[in-house]
Amino acid sequence: MMRKRFLSLIIVVIIFGLLPLKAEIELVGAGATFPYPLYSKMFAEYYKQYGVKVNYQAIGSGGGIRQLMARTVDFGASDAYVDDKGIKKFPAPIVHIPIVAGAVVIIYNLPIDSHLKLSPEVLADIFLGRIRKWNDEKIRKLNPDIELPNKDIVVIHRSDGSGTTFIFSDYLCKVSSEWQKKVGRGKVLNWPVGLGAKGNPGVAGLVRQIPGAIGYVELIYAKSNDIPFASVKNKKGNFIVPSLESVTLAADVPLPDDMRVSLTNTDSKYGYPIAGFTWILVYKDLANCGMSREKAKALVDLLWWMVHNGQKYATPMHYAPLLEKAQRKAEAIIKSIEFEGEALIK
Amino acid sequence: MRQDNLFNLALYFGGFVAAMIIVIMFGILFKGSVLSIKNFGIHFFFGEKWNPPMEKFGLLPFAVGTILTSIFALSLSLPFAISLAVSLGIYCSRGIVSNILSYLSDLLAGIPSVVYGFWGLFFLVPIVRNLEIKLGIMPFGVGIFTASIILAIMIIPYMSSMIVELIKMVPRELVEAGYSLGATSFDVVRKIVFPYIKSGVISGIILAFGRAFGETMAVTMVIGNVNSVPKSIFSPANTMASIIANEFPEASSGLYLSSIVYIGLWLFVITFIVNLLGNLIIRKFRAGENEF
Repeated sequence: MMRKRFLSLIIVVIIFGLLPLKAEIELVGAGATFPYPLYSKMFAEYYKQYGVKVNYQAIGSGGGIRQLMARTVDFGASDAYVDDKGIKKFPAPIVHIPIVAGAVVIIYNLPIDSHLKLSPEVLADIFLGRIRKWNDEKIRKLNPDIELPNKDIVVIHRSDGSGTTFIFSDYLCKVSSEWQKKVGRGKVLNWPVGLGAKGNPGVAGLVRQIPGAIGYVELIYAKSNDIPFASVKNKKGNFIVPSLESVTLAADVPLPDDMRVSLTNTDSKYGYPIAGFTWILVYKDLANCGMSREKAKALVDLLWWMVHNGQKYATPMHYAPLLEKAQRKAEAIIKSIEFEGEALIK
Repeated sequence: MRQDNLFNLALYFGGFVAAMIIVIMFGILFKGSVLSIKNFGIHFFFGEKWNPPMEKFGLLPFAVGTILTSIFALSLSLPFAISLAVSLGIYCSRGIVSNILSYLSDLLAGIPSVVYGFWGLFFLVPIVRNLEIKLGIMPFGVGIFTASIILAIMIIPYMSSMIVELIKMVPRELVEAGYSLGATSFDVVRKIVFPYIKSGVISGIILAFGRAFGETMAVTMVIGNVNSVPKSIFSPANTMASIIANEFPEASSGLYLSSIVYIGLWLFVITFIVNLLGNLIIRKFRAGENEF
């Protein structure tokens, strides 16, 4: 008797499990880990306001791009834009929509109180293994007020593939021809010197442990963990302390229409030079993704909301929101998204 | 009769599925690495460079790192594992001390590897760094040496619990005969127990080796993740499992991704060879046991 009742209970549960309770729209995305905290917040708010569920998996930018290419997700997210060669590998045209900007900061383990000042040349030389001691003349020249110890510099870099590494190496490529030739840019590099650690916490942990260490992490990570970071000389010759304002200002440059742009070594006068956008990637014609028209409309509405009302969640979480001109470009891109050749937002 | 047949069929089916999974895994790994095999062939194994931006890939730094850490870990843990097993199996095989000891060693096996990694990073690494400062080498603290110690601690319970079980399987009569002839416990262990369980101990060691070989998380956290062939036991290095864990999520280009899968294929093949060698050794010892 008992057994029979149990069995019927199971059957009932299975039947209810198979039947969707309500025909709710659920969007699925995957990609970058860097904007994950912000996206979770945005999607939770969006669900509260509009009842559209968004399931975002932070599997890494590369994974997001792969998933979008395989059409297993509705949108991908990446910290590095897909280059022309990569775009050709997609079965159909895709577009990049910038959501927020982030920055990479240089952290160090030195017994000093003020911000260390670094120039692009010195930074490249340190990461190339040319400058090996903290009291090297080139560093002392930039920091005349700081007593620098006669200590070995220990370089700490990311061991896992990362958009942070991409932005950092993209910057070094622009400021050092030697770096460009010897190392290049990428999410993973063949580092000339140093130790690798996994994730921002890994790098920050090793830097904190090893006296004389230098490394790079995302601005939000350094901010929320109170790790001291260096100010970096930008293209216009100003030493810029990384902050949300100076990162937002980095985007104050002429922007291309497709928004596939690198913000590193910015021409902006008060912009921090090691910054970049993070993008959401979708097919230009959403019918290519095998989604219904209704779902496509929901996705476009979500994107529109993210570059407008959603922006207000960025600053409290230490992400740099879009400047108005970046917002205008993003609007134009979202308007260009189609479903079977028909625009979804007019 | 019919029931028996059905049972047999079910057994065959289960076994077949397990075997097929291995074959399918090999097939998928092979398919994923075709691009890299075409590009690098066997030279992949001897390639010393791992340079994703320039699309040059080689396995050697990781193969050396993996083999060094595993062998070093094994030799570090062996004396501890055997003494733990002998004390639990013979010297104090029951009572409260034995219970506590065996409980603790089981607990050691159950700790997630990321916890070992954290412990290593915050406890072991500073100690190794101090040692390195005293020895006058670059005080990284992370590297092959540290990773080997962590691995050694992780595999002790695997080896020891297996050896304890084996010791308990030694026929009582043999052991008691030894004692009645006036042998000390030490003599009994050396002359009766160990010759009897030799082959089992070897397979325990191989099992532990396999565990050390494939361990990813804890190793990644303390090995330093440097993709070049290590120069000394204190050098930071990288292992095959940890390079896969590190770089797979972000790998997007074809050749790069394929090379990472190719590492997986090599890991698969090497594990297979180690197991095969282990089986051969066991068979050889079994032959010896029959004479005994």
